[in-house]
Amino acid sequence: MVYDNPDGVMIGLEIHVQLNKLNTKIFCGCSTKYHEAGPNTHVCPVCLGLPGALPVINEKAVESAMKIGLALNCEIVHQTQFHRKNYYYPDLPKGFQTTQYDYPIAGEGRVVIEGEDGEHVVRITRAHMEEDPGRLVHIGTIEKSRGTLIDYNRSGMALIEVVTEPDMRSPKEARRFLDKLRNILEYLDVFDSSLEGAMRVDANISIGGGSRAEVKNISSHKGAERALLFEIIRQKNLLRRGGTVVLETRHFDEARGVTISLRTKEEEHDYRYFPEPDLVPMRVADRTARILGTLPELPDAKRERFIAEYGMIDMHAKALTSGIRIADFYEDVASRIDAKTCTPWVADVLKGELNYRDLTIESFTVDDIVGIIEMVVSDKITEKSAVEVIRTILDSGGHPLDIVKEKGLLKVEDDVVSRAVLKVINENEVAVADYLGGKEQSLNFLVGQVMKKTRGRADAREAREMVLESLNQ
Amino acid sequence: MPKAKWMSIPKVRESIANTSGEVVTASYLDIIKNSKINGYVTVNEEGAIARAQEIDKNGHDGVLAGVPIAIKDNISTKGIQTTCSSKILQGYVPPYNAHVIERLLAEGAVILGKTNMDEFAMGTSTESSHYGTTLNPWDLERVPGGSSGGSAAVVAAGEAPISLGSDTGGSVRCPAAFCGVVGLKPTYGGISRYGLISYANSLEQIGPIATNVSDIATIMDVIGGHDPRDSTSIKRNTAYRNSLVDDVSGLKIGVPDEYFAEGIDAGVEKAVWNAIHKFEDMGATWEKISMPHTKYALASYYIIAMSEASSNLARFDGTRYGLREEGENWHVMASKTRASGFGEEVKRRILIGTYALSAGYHDRYYLKALKVRTLVKQDFDKALSNVDVLMAPTMPAPAFKIGEKIQEVDVNIEYADERPSQQIKVVSSPLDLYLTDVNTVPVNLSGVPSISMPCGLVDGLPVGLQIIGKHFDESTIMRAAYSFEQNTDHLTKRPAGVE
Repeated sequence: MVYDNPDGVMIGLEIHVQLNKLNTKIFCGCSTKYHEAGPNTHVCPVCLGLPGALPVINEKAVESAMKIGLALNCEIVHQTQFHRKNYYYPDLPKGFQTTQYDYPIAGEGRVVIEGEDGEHVVRITRAHMEEDPGRLVHIGTIEKSRGTLIDYNRSGMALIEVVTEPDMRSPKEARRFLDKLRNILEYLDVFDSSLEGAMRVDANISIGGGSRAEVKNISSHKGAERALLFEIIRQKNLLRRGGTVVLETRHFDEARGVTISLRTKEEEHDYRYFPEPDLVPMRVADRTARILGTLPELPDAKRERFIAEYGMIDMHAKALTSGIRIADFYEDVASRIDAKTCTPWVADVLKGELNYRDLTIESFTVDDIVGIIEMVVSDKITEKSAVEVIRTILDSGGHPLDIVKEKGLLKVEDDVVSRAVLKVINENEVAVADYLGGKEQSLNFLVGQVMKKTRGRADAREAREMVLESLNQ
Repeated sequence: MPKAKWMSIPKVRESIANTSGEVVTASYLDIIKNSKINGYVTVNEEGAIARAQEIDKNGHDGVLAGVPIAIKDNISTKGIQTTCSSKILQGYVPPYNAHVIERLLAEGAVILGKTNMDEFAMGTSTESSHYGTTLNPWDLERVPGGSSGGSAAVVAAGEAPISLGSDTGGSVRCPAAFCGVVGLKPTYGGISRYGLISYANSLEQIGPIATNVSDIATIMDVIGGHDPRDSTSIKRNTAYRNSLVDDVSGLKIGVPDEYFAEGIDAGVEKAVWNAIHKFEDMGATWEKISMPHTKYALASYYIIAMSEASSNLARFDGTRYGLREEGENWHVMASKTRASGFGEEVKRRILIGTYALSAGYHDRYYLKALKVRTLVKQDFDKALSNVDVLMAPTMPAPAFKIGEKIQEVDVNIEYADERPSQQIKVVSSPLDLYLTDVNTVPVNLSGVPSISMPCGLVDGLPVGLQIIGKHFDESTIMRAAYSFEQNTDHLTKRPAGVE
C-alpha cells in the first residue's frame, strides 16, 4: 500500500532540544539544575549578558551536539562557528542570540520513521548549537497580559536545534518523528525529557503546494499533532472559502487547541547574522571518530539485534526498543529467563498493561516480572493469574508472592484434582453413561463438577484432560 | 596641597615606603579634587583610601602594593560605577571585576577612579562623553585625544601615575600621543577582555598608559597572559620587563610611506623623522617600505567596528540595569531608553553598523570590509617579514582644538507620523574626525602590537612616535621604546604646572 497524501500535506519540523543533562550552561559555569529553584538564582554576568562578560564554549555541549548529529546520520562539519542573531526581546539579555548560521556543527542527515505506508525517511537539514533565552512569565494570557516577569535561569542553557526537510505527510508522521527523535536522544543520554521545556517544537505546514504557516511554541508531541490537525482544517477551510494561505508565523494555544496568527512575513526580522567575534571557530573534525566510538547502540540497531539475538518478531522488537529504559529492562529479564518465554510477557502483557494505564516501565521492577514468569513456568500459577498479579501490582502495589497467597491463586496439586476426578466419575454414573453413549455435553458437566470440588483452583484445561483420560480407560 | 608630578611606579613605591600608602593615595585624590581637566567620571575616594589603609595595615607583597591607578570607564570594576561615559549606564555598578582589575588588585593596586572617555569608546577626542570633554593638560583649549582621553590626560596631569585604557582603533595611542605620555596597544589576544565593555570585540585590547616605558612593562607583566574566560586570549608566557634593554644595534626599522600621507602636519613629520634618525645613530637601520592597502583601512575599520558595535550595544535596553525611560510596553520602553540614553555619535554608529549588516547590504559592506581587513593584514605580514618594527607618526597632527572637528548644523526633522517637526543640531561630517585615525586603525585590523611615545613638541604640543611590532613581539617594540627613552629627553617634558 502506498500512502497517496490526499491533501498534499508537507510538514517540516524545527525542534529545540535542551541539553539539560549537562552540568553547566553553554557559555558559562552556571548550573543547569534550576528547575526546582527560585527565579534568577542560576545566573552570572555571562548568562545575564552584563556589559563586558564574554562567552566560553562548554566542550561537553559540543560533544553532545556531535553525538546527536552522528545519531541522526548527519555529516559533521570540519570546522564550526558561532554567529550572532540580532533581535530585541526582553528574554534575550544581550540583544542577540549566540547561535550557528552557515557553519552548523551537523549538516545533512536522515531518520527512518514508521510512516503512513511503512518505513519512511525524514531528511535532516541540519542540527546546530545555540543558547536558550530566558523565560517570560506572562501574568494572564499572551494576548492580554497585565505584566511580564523575566526569569533568566534558563538563559544560556545549551540547545540543539534539529531542522528537518518538509518530509512528513501527516500530523501522525510528525508525531512519530518526534517520538523517534526523543527516543534517540534518550538513548544518547543527553537530555531528560521529563523536565519542563526539554523539547520545544516549531512546525511548518503547507497543503497542496501552497504557502506554509509556521506554528511556534508547541511543547508536547501530542500538542504537535493537534496543532497540525488544526492547521490542516484551517488551511482547507480557508481555501474552500476562496482565500489563500499566507506565509506567516502562528502561535499554538495549547489550552484551546487552536493556532493564532502572530506575524506575517513582512513583519519578519532581519537578523543581521555575523560571526561571533568573542568565540573563535572550532575544529571538530578530529573528534568525530572518537565520539562515534562512544555512541551507544541506537534504536534501529538495537531492534535488529533483538530480532537476531532473542529470536523475536519485529513487532516485539519495535515495542521493546521504543525507549532505552524498556529495552534495558527487557535485557535484564532476558538474562534471567529464556527469551522465548519472557518476550511476550514484557512486550505484550506488561507493556500493554502499562500503556493502558499511561505508565512507563519505571512503574515495574525486573525482579517482580521475573518472579511472576517463573511461577508460570513452574506451574505454580496459571497465565490468567499472572496477568492478575501484574495488574494488582500496577494498581495497588505489593509483592507477587504475597498477592498470589492473598488471592489464593496457587494452582492445586495434581493428586487433589485426580482424586476429585475419580470421585466425580463414581458419583455421576448417569452422566458417565451419557457421555459414553455419545452425549458430548456431559463431559462439560463432569469437568464442572471437578472444578466445583476443587473450588476452582484446578486448571480447567487440565481437569478436562484428566476426566477424558479416566473415561477412556 | 601637593603639587602634581610625574611619578614612576618605583618612585611611588619609594614614596609609600617613606610615608604610607594612604598618604600617597590621599595626595593623588587631593590633586584630582583641584583638577582643571575633567579626567575622571567617578573618583573612588572612600574606596581608594580604605584600600590604601588596608594595604598599609596588612602589608602586601605585590609589585603594585599601594600604587594608585586610574581605570578607563569601560572596564568593569566591582562596586564602582562604570558608565562608558554614557548616560545609558549612569548608575550602573558592576557586580564583578574585569580580569585586568582582578590582576591589578592581586598585585596590590589602588583604584583611584574611572576615567572619562568618548561614549562607548567611539571617538578620537573624548568630546562625545556624556560627562563633558576632558581637557588636554598641555593646552586646556585642546582635546586630549580619545577615546581613552581621560586615562592619558590624568597621567599627563599627574593625577595618577599609571592608567588603563582600551584601544579599538587607536584609543590608547592617540591620547598618549596628544598628552605626551606612553601608551601600548598589545597584540590582539595578549590581554583578557573579560570585563571590558565591548565596542568592537574583534579589534580592541586593553592597554596601559604611563609616564615611562618601564612602567608599561610592569603593568603588562601584571595584566597580560591567558584567561580562560576570554576565548580570544592566547596561552603564552610573557616577561615584558626582560625586554627593557638599552640596545637597538642591528634593529631593522621599516618606514611605511603611506603613514606620511598628504595632509600630515609638517612639524609632526619632522619630529618623527628626527626620531628615526636618532635610532639610526643608536645603531638601528631603516628603510622606506610600502603598505599599499593602508588607504582602505579606515573604511574597512569603521564598517567592522560599527557593525560589531550595533550588536554589542543592543543589550542596553533599560530592562536590567542603567537608565530606564517609561513606555506603554517593552518595545516602547526600550526605544525611549535608547533614544534618550545614547549620544549622537553612538546612535550614528549603531545605525551605520545596523545598515552594513542588513540583508542586501551585508555582502557589499560588511563582507567587503572583512576582505579588505585580510589585505591590510597581509601588508603587515609582508612588511614585518623584512623588518623588525615599523615606525610612523601615531597621529597625523598634534591635538586639535575642542570643537574644531565637529561642526554642527541645524537639521529639520519631519516625522512620518503625527509628531511635530523639530530642529536638531547634528555634526555635519564626522569624517574629519574619523580621518585622524588613519595611522592607528590599520594596526587594530591586523592585531599587531604598537606603542606610542613622545618624540618632540610642535608649538608646545607633544608628538607621538608609533612603533609597531610583530604579533606577540611586544618585547622588541618595548626594547626600542626603552632605548629611545634612555637616549633622548622627550619624556622629561611635562605640561605646565606639572613637575
